[in-house]
Amino acid sequence: MSEHVDSVKTYALVWIILLILTAGTTAVAHVDLGPFSVVVALAIAVCKMLLVALFFMHVRHSTRLTRLVLVGGLLWFFILLALTMADIVTRGWLGVPGK
Amino acid sequence: MASEAHAETLALREQFDTAAQQKDASTLGMWIFLITEVMFFGGLFLAYTVYRSLYPESFGLASSTLNEIIGAANTAVLLCSSFTMVLAVRAAQLGQRRTIMLFLVLTIILGLAFLGIKGFEWTEKFHEHHVPGPTFHLEGTAMQGQAQLFFSLYFAMTGLHALHMVVGCGIMFYLLWATYRGRYSAEYYTPVDVGGLYWHFVDIIWIFLFPLLYLIDRHLK
Repeated sequence: MSEHVDSVKTYALVWIILLILTAGTTAVAHVDLGPFSVVVALAIAVCKMLLVALFFMHVRHSTRLTRLVLVGGLLWFFILLALTMADIVTRGWLGVPGK
Repeated sequence: MASEAHAETLALREQFDTAAQQKDASTLGMWIFLITEVMFFGGLFLAYTVYRSLYPESFGLASSTLNEIIGAANTAVLLCSSFTMVLAVRAAQLGQRRTIMLFLVLTIILGLAFLGIKGFEWTEKFHEHHVPGPTFHLEGTAMQGQAQLFFSLYFAMTGLHALHMVVGCGIMFYLLWATYRGRYSAEYYTPVDVGGLYWHFVDIIWIFLFPLLYLIDRHLK
């Protein structure tokens, strides 16, 4: 149920935070953090996703079933990523002939 | 405003007990569709992850030729459009017909602005010979094939995203027309709500495309 009507102030605050995070991620991209550049960029992206989903898409007011579908779907996407990368990354570990 | 069309859309279908249950079912249905979209884009994100892990140098070089300021500006445009969209949904919750229309128009304008900036970026790629094909050339690397792979993924991912934006704008135009006709009220505004979910979803896809394509190898330059 999205009978909850959030205030314009809440939405404006979320919007401003999103813009600040965008500026932040662009600025920090120029700093050499080594392998952590990817981690920081993705962490900021995940924060932005959560803000959009929870506030703009009203997930924080949604039913448990909707949340379950959402988490389940993302879990499936991570299985896709994790199993494929487990294959790709470990291919060179054993000297299999004809690889 | 209580036209016949309006009365019809308010009607409770026989398979539901209450209007609230009917609305929950619509919302859930939209989320399930969005999850299939996650899988649709997921294949491309996976391909990107695989090839980036295989050819990190070429991907770093190719990625840093993109203009991150334009990318950031486009992200901001899209975030603004999400803000106007959520205000349109809020106006729908309150049954403010004119306000819904105002914010839908703003959302469409921002959506078209995004597509315009994207089109400008793509044109630049053609001039710079960064479009995969016989004329492709990227300065500073012997691995032209690997660099083409990056740009193939760039065009596939931003192209598919842009296609979703075009569809999104179409949905906004429909909602605008239906709102003008007085179809929605504080009691019934499900299409506005569900259309908003789609718009925000397309925004989230861009939130991930932006750092992955434009940013993560920027420090190598």
